[in-house]
Amino acid sequence: MEPSAKYLYYPGCSLKGTGIAYEESLLTTFRLLELPIQELPDWNCCGATTYMSVSETSATLLAARNLALARRTGSRDLLAPCNACYLTLRKSQELVAHYPQIAQETERFLEQAGLPRLDSVRVRHPLEVLYNDVGIERLRELTVRRLQGVRMASYYGCQAVRPYGEVDDPHNPTRMDEILRAVGVEVVDYSLKTKCCGGSHTGTIHDVGVRLNYILLKEAMRRGAQAIVTICPLCQFNLDAYQAEIRKQTGEPMDMPILYLTQVVGWALGGEFRELGLHRAISGRKPVEQWFTAKKEAETYV
Amino acid sequence: MSEQKNGQVRIGVYVCHCGANIADTVDVKAVAEYAATLPGVVVARDYKYMCSDPGQELVQEDIRNLNVNRVVVAACSPSLHENTFRGAAERAGLNPFFVQMVNIREHDSWVHSDREAATEKAKDLVRAAVRRVYFHKPLEKRRVPIHSEVLVVGGGIAGIHAALTVADSGKKVYLVEREPTIGGHMAQYDKTFPTLDCAACILTPKMSAVKAHPNITLWTYSEVVSVDGSVGDYKVVVKRKPRYVREDLCVGCLQCIDTCVFKEPKFDDEFNMGLSKRKPIYIPFPQATPKVVVIDPEACIQLKTGKCKKSCLEACVERGAIDFDQKESYEEIHVGSIIIATGFQTFDPRRMPQYGYGKYPNVYTTLEVERLVNASGPTGGQVVTRDGRVPKSVGIILCVGSRDENTNRWCSRVCCMTSLKLAHLIKEHTGAEVFIFYIDMRAAGKGYEEFYQRVLNEGVHFVRGRVAEITDWALDPSEEGKLVARVEDTNTGFVRRIPLDMVVLAVGLEPQADALNVQRLFGISCSLDGFFLEKHPKLAPAPTYTDGIFIAGVCHGPKDIPDTVMQAGYAAAEAIALADTGYFELEPNTAYIVEEECSGCKSCIPLCPYQAITFNDGKQKAFINEVLCKGCGTCVAACPSGSIKQNLFEDEEIFSEIEGVLAYAQ
Repeated sequence: MEPSAKYLYYPGCSLKGTGIAYEESLLTTFRLLELPIQELPDWNCCGATTYMSVSETSATLLAARNLALARRTGSRDLLAPCNACYLTLRKSQELVAHYPQIAQETERFLEQAGLPRLDSVRVRHPLEVLYNDVGIERLRELTVRRLQGVRMASYYGCQAVRPYGEVDDPHNPTRMDEILRAVGVEVVDYSLKTKCCGGSHTGTIHDVGVRLNYILLKEAMRRGAQAIVTICPLCQFNLDAYQAEIRKQTGEPMDMPILYLTQVVGWALGGEFRELGLHRAISGRKPVEQWFTAKKEAETYV
Repeated sequence: MSEQKNGQVRIGVYVCHCGANIADTVDVKAVAEYAATLPGVVVARDYKYMCSDPGQELVQEDIRNLNVNRVVVAACSPSLHENTFRGAAERAGLNPFFVQMVNIREHDSWVHSDREAATEKAKDLVRAAVRRVYFHKPLEKRRVPIHSEVLVVGGGIAGIHAALTVADSGKKVYLVEREPTIGGHMAQYDKTFPTLDCAACILTPKMSAVKAHPNITLWTYSEVVSVDGSVGDYKVVVKRKPRYVREDLCVGCLQCIDTCVFKEPKFDDEFNMGLSKRKPIYIPFPQATPKVVVIDPEACIQLKTGKCKKSCLEACVERGAIDFDQKESYEEIHVGSIIIATGFQTFDPRRMPQYGYGKYPNVYTTLEVERLVNASGPTGGQVVTRDGRVPKSVGIILCVGSRDENTNRWCSRVCCMTSLKLAHLIKEHTGAEVFIFYIDMRAAGKGYEEFYQRVLNEGVHFVRGRVAEITDWALDPSEEGKLVARVEDTNTGFVRRIPLDMVVLAVGLEPQADALNVQRLFGISCSLDGFFLEKHPKLAPAPTYTDGIFIAGVCHGPKDIPDTVMQAGYAAAEAIALADTGYFELEPNTAYIVEEECSGCKSCIPLCPYQAITFNDGKQKAFINEVLCKGCGTCVAACPSGSIKQNLFEDEEIFSEIEGVLAYAQ
């Protein structure tokens, strides 16, 4: 095993699929911040929240394998950018810590697989790494260009801050606002930061899912936001993908860019349009191009 | 055991059944029979209730008729009945310290279920006591005289009531309050539940009475900074902070406030919870006692920069009460006992950001609304939102910072009734729809349930559920511009969104921020929640473990005004009784120095937590002040030459007891 980087990166399924722009922007941002990052070799599905509700023990085993693989590399920080991955990995740790039966089963399983025990791996989220490890001051110093006069709403989704409160305050999260301000974005007060985006309802009970999307988009517009900044691939996809449908249903002029935090930060640090995955936007393509293309860049340099 | 210095030892053993408490688990007859076989024991008896009159009579008869001169009582905890049996022995002519208790209830029958093993354990414990009591010596209780003066710390309703009660009995009282006026939280309230009589109308006469009372010395804007000594003679130093106005000269005409160079009030008015402004020179409220202005050194230009035209001085030129050179001063007093009534602070709802306090201007605390509904408050009694609207719908959220694992676990006891009162008053003032969000309504108290029914009948809406959040996002036009309470109504099982113009958070009561300092200063204890600890939760709820120090009011735990006044009266009665007795009896379990053996190494001196040991330079020996010694035994254990001994805990007493408990029954 080659000497591991400080941050082990656990992509999960989304960041290799619909959320590819998240992966692109994350890796670019970490490169620009000179944070060594390396993908976890041989990772598997996190199990997501659905498996947890079917069988806690089996779901824990699935997540535990990833944690054990991380342990084997000798790195302590396992970066899980997807909120569902983050929560599932964190929850597995808690279940193993507090439920002896699950702990025994997990230990037996890991032993059979020839994997080490689970201790001392920290599950990390990029938001909290930017806030704690890099810091607001450093981000401000490293910012090379600012979006002049663009107002954004920060949106966490349901799984990042609850229940563990390690990514941000569970009741009143503000770290994303601070990061965005540090890199020169104007932030609007958005009370729906942790409201449900519809999750997988958009695929199963479509009407309900889209309705929940609509509430979030509508309220962001009402508060003068021109874009919503997310940290979860499912939230991003839901908010991004159904705006045309909402336009058709409601007749409201809705075409708002839904960005990843790492896209906004990465661009401020000097990242290029395509390497940040900005070309993959579904909604709000025009403003995205206008804000983030090289032509515009020259004018907005600090 | 040698036949020895204490003469012929004749031990009586008395085993109590405590009804069924002991006898159900311990074979008391077997224990008594076994005790009778032990060396030195001349009689052993068992009885159903040894603490009753006939039970005590058994002991006394044996002392008189069988010449019993050592008594072992195997019953309950000594903290319950040691004094009972010592008294019985004394009345029969025996020194009370020849009595030893064995706790076979709390330490045995209550915690075991195996009868045989519990009986064996009782025998072991009795044997240990029999061996120990053999070596007991006659001791004398020490008496310390009591100063009749009483110090009351804190001038809220608890301190005021306690001070007046003690003063009325003819004792001298010092009342120390750290704010510029007495009155405490109660002075801020509008009406009081459940009778709705106005708080000021019942409080301010008592405040004036304090000021006028010949037996009360009132020091406001003052704090206790040190406490030395012990029951009967506490030496207390009080710091009097400079108010830059001479209390003896100011008559409270308030002209200085009118002429202050600040034309408009600019600084947050603490009494009105920041809902109005005051000037640098101010009086907290019109009925403040003493009616003396005070200057805020953080706001006054003269005190901050020395460059003000000092128009206040001109207004007061005749009396000359304003004194910018005033310095803090210290008073030293001696008192026999102390009543601590330092009150509480309300929970800071910023700790629960989901309720938006500090973020949304129309989210208030109950204390702020008390000021709003008060006719002499910042709005003259108008209930209006911060943007000047009369609210059409108001929501009151209960248990904010109470009954909550994340903040404070205790019930603050007053919030249910306070909220019912405010719901009534808000409805009366505005006609608004009022919602109360509750977990349980707790209306236990005289006339309280009836008041709850009354408010129910007035049409206040009660929603059972803990509010998830207060938000400002509107789901439909009816919610535009309003605050929305999202709550699961657990009576109907639905999640509701209730649009509100004003939200009132019923904030809980918690210990003052500096309660720990007060606890250390006076040498008392706190319970886990941080409130001061009483000596016994049922039978001594105002005394503390420190003799001569009593607690009253919410500093002891959340309570309403009637309960506070009752406890204050009780604390005052204890202080009066102590002063009237004139002396206090101390346990003789103090340490003493065997002077011939003391090498003068001084190791013991810094170890004593009560500063009871001094060094006699002439003799080059340590000296223990018996009055200060609490009998903790630290110095006894630490003395390198073994020259410190302790009454009731002599080596031979302790070692015989240990041998006794370890020697297996034959």
